[in-house]
Parts: sequence; structure tokens; C-alpha cells
Amino acid sequence: MGTFDLGVGAAFWLMNASALLCVIYGVINWNKDKEEKVLNTKSWEKDEAKMTKDLG
Amino acid sequence: MNLIENIVIIVYLAVLAYLGYVGYKQTKSSADYLIAGGDTHPFVMALSYGATFISTAAIVGFGGVAAWLGNSLLWLTFCNIFIGVFIAFVFLGNPTRKMGIRLNAHTFPELLGRRFHSKFIQVFGGVLITIFMPLYTSAVLIGGTEFLVAYFHVDYHIALLVMSVIVTGYVLAGGLKGVMLTDALQGVIMFVAMIILMVMVFNAIGGVDVGLSKLEMVWDKTVAPLLHVNIKELAAGSPDFLMKLSMNWGFQGWNKMPVFLSEGWLFIITTIAMGVGVGVLAQPQLVVRFMTVKSKNELNRAVLIGGVFIIAMTGIIYLVGSVTNVWYYEFNEGKNALQSTGGIGKVIPHFINAAMPKWFAFIFLFALISAAMSTLSSQFHAMGTAIGRDVFEQLAGKNNPNSLLITRVGIIVMIVISVSLAYVFDKQPAIIARSTAIFFALCASIFLPTYFGGLFWKRMTKKGAIASMIVGTVVTTFWLLFVHFQEAKQLGVAKMLFGVDSLLSGKIIFVDAMMIALPLSALTAVIVSLMTKPESATLIKKCFED
Repeated sequence: MGTFDLGVGAAFWLMNASALLCVIYGVINWNKDKEEKVLNTKSWEKDEAKMTKDLG
Repeated sequence: MNLIENIVIIVYLAVLAYLGYVGYKQTKSSADYLIAGGDTHPFVMALSYGATFISTAAIVGFGGVAAWLGNSLLWLTFCNIFIGVFIAFVFLGNPTRKMGIRLNAHTFPELLGRRFHSKFIQVFGGVLITIFMPLYTSAVLIGGTEFLVAYFHVDYHIALLVMSVIVTGYVLAGGLKGVMLTDALQGVIMFVAMIILMVMVFNAIGGVDVGLSKLEMVWDKTVAPLLHVNIKELAAGSPDFLMKLSMNWGFQGWNKMPVFLSEGWLFIITTIAMGVGVGVLAQPQLVVRFMTVKSKNELNRAVLIGGVFIIAMTGIIYLVGSVTNVWYYEFNEGKNALQSTGGIGKVIPHFINAAMPKWFAFIFLFALISAAMSTLSSQFHAMGTAIGRDVFEQLAGKNNPNSLLITRVGIIVMIVISVSLAYVFDKQPAIIARSTAIFFALCASIFLPTYFGGLFWKRMTKKGAIASMIVGTVVTTFWLLFVHFQEAKQLGVAKMLFGVDSLLSGKIIFVDAMMIALPLSALTAVIVSLMTKPESATLIKKCFED
């Protein structure tokens, strides 16, 4: 992209680099956190009244 | 329209109706309606986030701005990907998701309100969304409608009405499940259309390098001659007026950054790149998506999908927007894009219909309708939940059986307001891009310090959060009403009260409101929190421990 000046050229390459970063991060961490405790979202509804009461 | 086009439109609407129905059938609780039950597939979540993020404002509005101001807009794409996807998903996504579950929060204002044990914060957040989001929504409506008008040659008002009615249908029925399913479909359509667009446009002008290098020649032939013309001799708002204005602001060509710290540089960096790029972190309709997945893995996978999606959207449309100048120069008697189309918001719709084959214009029509609908549906949902869950339910009493009904009524009310604004703003130059920038800046200034502090700083207090939000609101509003060069002049309040367009002068009036308001609101949050009593250990434990 030799037609860009330094400022626009920097934006162009940073744009591509950040997209690449997202791809690499996604691939590396695709299934990495399977050990993490998964909070039980299905309890939300039955806990609603209790949470509301606790939080005022 | 021919038979095939009619059939495709009917099939598209039928699929939307079906997905809205699926959302409706799967919605059995308020958690389903408000946060899609918290078990959304990462592909759906990422595409929904991206499709909501990228509206017609980004494609038609900012694509038109790229035709006007050039490739310096690529700074916005960088911010969109690095801040809007990578920072948002990697650093904010999981803490938001977990805190949302711990506090049983169903909306963004509810998350903030419960984090600080404050009904005021939730109601205040809901009211702010209700007041300011219609501005952004109207911009999205204008962008989508402009293309419908250009393609079908129908009345602007009818096109506006039809699109609003269709979106209203599946948002009302399917809640966030319906919204996200339709978003995912629409995201796929947008992605495919953009890839085809890039290939066809650069093929038409001789390749990427050749096309971009021709921009300098087109600037020299069509814009540089305006150098010695007095801007007062040009009709306000005309294409040559806008190009001369860009020169006066320090723009030197479509492949060059404006002069450092010039008006144009401040506009591109503070309003466009930072205002929109940072503002996305505190968008209520986007933050709520972090609460729709069941584990961090879904967020990690969404980073990949989101990053690719955003570069395919904004990266392509900004490059294409700028090189439309080359195409028009070569195929329209030596005129640039603005001279050929007559206005910033008209460049992309006109270009697609004039330069691309009919079949692609039809595909692109779907991409733009999809972009508009996916963003609109999320905005309507966010505004409706703000009224129903955050304002009405808080003021009328918890667990009110009518809150979902009120949410639905709220959606209809906000649609009416947004459509009305779209009528009013249609003729304003660059209104699409500016409205988007204003809303993003408002969100950042008002919500971001409270959101960040709430997630990562246990010492932050309720009083600190409230003070920060008030300072963000006051300073942003003051800057827009009395200082910023565009809004202050057009709103006319400074003129009415003080007889001047802006209370300040010089380049400072080109600095975006967020650049002033965000540091002040963040500083307020820190100072007031440190001066006030820490929140109770019980609340902190509830917020941060499983």
C-alpha cells in the first residue's frame, strides 16, 4: 500500500494486524476454558425473587 | 421488479418471520425475552454482536464519509476491531457475563444498578437510553431507507414505514432470541455481500494498488482546483462546498491524513475514531450480548468470528467508499463521487446502483436491509427493556406482571419517536455518521467509568458511580449544546442565549465531547469513591464471588 502516507498506512496495517490478533486469539483459546466453573444460568428465574429481595 | 426478485424478497421475509417465531416459541421467561436465556451459540452471538455493531450507518453513512474524507477513516476500522472486538470480548466480556449471572441482571442499566445497589443508577441509565438512543436509531433508519429509495424508486416515507413495521414484528414477538437469530442470518448476508463488493469494485478499477493510487490523480483533478476558491462563493452543502471545507480543515488527499492537529485531524481522531471506537464499549445493546452466553469459551470463539466480520464490513466499505471517486471520475465525465451523487449519504446507494450489475445491487440491497434491521431490532429491544425493566418496573414495583407488556409498548413508542426523527433529519448532511458518533460518545462518557469501575474496582462506591454518570451527562450535553462546532451551531441554543455559535473558539471546538467528558467523569468516579465509605462486604462478595 505504497500510495498511503504514513498515518493512513499505519491505520491500514494496524487494522489488518488487529484482525489477525482476533483470529489467533480465537484459535488458541477456542476450548481453553472448559475447566472454568460454569455458572448455572438456568437458576435465574427461580432465584429472581430472592435476588431482588437481597439487593433491595 | 422481476419475478425472481419478488420471490427472493418473499422468501427473505418468510425466513425472518420464521426466526421471529422460533424466538417466540423459545421465549418462556423474562430472562429469555431480555437476554436470550443465557445459552446462545457463539456463532450466533458473534454475528449478532457484529451485525448489531455494523449498521447502515457504518455502511452507507461512513462509506459516504470515506468518499468525502478518504482512507483516514481506516483508523476507525482499527478501533472497531481492536477496541470494539478484542478489548471488549477478551477483557470485558467474561467479567460482565459472570457478574450479570451473580446479580441476576437482565439489562445493562440493571447490571450497573445492582452492582452499586442503586435503583437511581438503573432508572437513570434507562432514562438516558430512552432519550438518546432514538438519535442513533433514526440515523440507522435513514441509512437503510436511502438505499430502498434508490433501488425501488419509492417514496422515502413509505420505505421508512415498511422497514419499521417489519422489524417491529419480530422484535415484539421473539424478544432477544428472535433478534439474535435474525441478526445471525443478516450477518451472513452482509459478510457475503461485502466480499463480493470488494472483488467487483477493485476488479472494475484495475486492482487494489492501481485503484488506490488513482485517488491522488482524481483529487488533483477534481478537488485541488478549489484551492483558490473562496468557500463563501460555493453553495452551502453542495459537493464542491464540502470538498473545499475538507481542504480548509486540513485534508490533503484521500490517501493522506489531514494535517496534524488540524480541524480535520481532530475530527477524524477524536470524533470518528475515538468517539465511535471507544464508545462501543459502553453500548447497552452490545454489552447485554455478553450476558447471553454460558461460558468464556463462547466469548473466545466469538473474538475470531467478530474480528473477521468487522474487517470484512468496515475495512472493505471504507476502502470502497474512497475509491468510488476513481470509478466516478473514469465513468462519469471526470467528476468525483460527491459531484456525481450530490451528497455524502447518497454515494454508496448511488454507486451500487450505477456501477454494479443489477443482480449484485439486489444482493447488496439485502445486505443493507439486513444491516439496518439487525441494528434496529437490537436498538428497539434495548430501548424497550430500558422503559419496561429499568424505568417502569423500578418505579412501579418489582416483579410487576405487566413489565414485559410495558417493554413491548415501549418498543412501539420508541419506534414512533425514531421514525419521526428520521423524517426530520433526512436532509441534514452527514447526519448518519454524526448521529452515530454523538450516541457513541454519550454512552462512553456516561456509562464507561461506572461500567469499568463496577467490573474491576471493588473500592468504587455508589456515590462515585452516580457522580460520574451525572458529570458525564452534564459535560457531554454542555459540550454538544455550547461548544462543538457542528452540534452547537445546528442546535442553536448557544446562539439564542449568548449570540454566538460556540462559546469557545479555535480548534478546541472540533474536539469531540467524549474527549472532554470521559476523563472528567472517570476522575469524578475515582475522587468521589475515595472520599466516600466503601460498599458493604456483603454486596462486594455478591458481585465478585461465585
